Amino acid sequence: MAALINVPAKARRGDVIEIRTLTSHVMETGFRHTVDGKLVPRDIITSFTCRYNGAEIFRADLFPAIAANPYLSFFTVARESGRFEFEWVGDNGYSSTASAPITVE
Amino acid sequence: MSVWRAIAAAALVAAAPALLAGEIPPDARRSGYSFMGPDTRAMQDDDTSNPGMLFVLDGEQLWGKKTGSAGKACADCHGDARSSMKGVAARYPAFDKTLGRPVTLDQRINLCRADHQQAAPLPYESRDLLALSAFVAHQSRGVAITAGDDPQAKPFVEQGRELFVQREGQLNLACTNCHDDNFDKRLAGAPITQAQPTGYPLYRLEWQTLGSLERRLRSCMTGVRAQAYDYGSPELVALELYLMSRARGLPMETPAVRP
Repeated sequence: MAALINVPAKARRGDVIEIRTLTSHVMETGFRHTVDGKLVPRDIITSFTCRYNGAEIFRADLFPAIAANPYLSFFTVARESGRFEFEWVGDNGYSSTASAPITVE
Repeated sequence: MSVWRAIAAAALVAAAPALLAGEIPPDARRSGYSFMGPDTRAMQDDDTSNPGMLFVLDGEQLWGKKTGSAGKACADCHGDARSSMKGVAARYPAFDKTLGRPVTLDQRINLCRADHQQAAPLPYESRDLLALSAFVAHQSRGVAITAGDDPQAKPFVEQGRELFVQREGQLNLACTNCHDDNFDKRLAGAPITQAQPTGYPLYRLEWQTLGSLERRLRSCMTGVRAQAYDYGSPELVALELYLMSRARGLPMETPAVRP
């Protein structure tokens, strides 16, 4: 699925940087019914993880009340050049990944 | 009796300019963007926080994907959308000579699928159709709207204008009653806009997805307790065409974000 990642391309060592992520997902709550009364099964992202050069720096659990196409932003300290890896895991075996590079000077 | 007749005649004379006065002068036309709060504006302005861009990305993929029994992709005929599709959406709905009536961008995509790709039409409001039309319309971002300039489209613009001023539904309201006469006021908590369709298909936070102008028009009709026209009906296309011609000169914003 499509994802939009905003990581600064360059940062100075020790800078606090903001990471913003947006991903496509319907986030079906599992509480809604169709017009003929059938329950629409739950289909949400349940977990989001961000790794910085392999080390986990941020994790979030997501719940049915979170809007479609979840947007998450968080901060970290730029320590070394490398990659941020993002992973969204959800119902029905859903899994999506993205990554973004950073140069630290 | 002649007194009453004189009063009636005077009322008619007074009413005619009043109707015209309801139309918004060209330099006072404002996009729905200017009615939004700073948070929603910021969401639209930043392409990495605008959820409509997710659909544009999907549309870009579909643009290059071969489909139908002809085994052709959009890109095989149209090439790079960045140049070939620039300004196209600002002209839609556009008059189609073969059909003898205007068609919307969504209908054009499906006509292309039928004629050149031999593929099944994409249903209205389906994710793929919205993604493709968002991707195409995104190439016109910043381009001034010129839809309805084609002389052949004029009768349909006029039909749309008539529908715009036609009262309907149990609440007996016409589009013009809110969007010409009462914009900048509020309906419950929500600002009433001028109904300038600058950013379609757009991401409505209320819908939690991208939606077409037709979806927006249909929900307005449901709001005044009227029977909404079907997707793709000539009436909706005419209304869409009138609204685009009414927004003449405003820049395209696709994909816009609206509350």
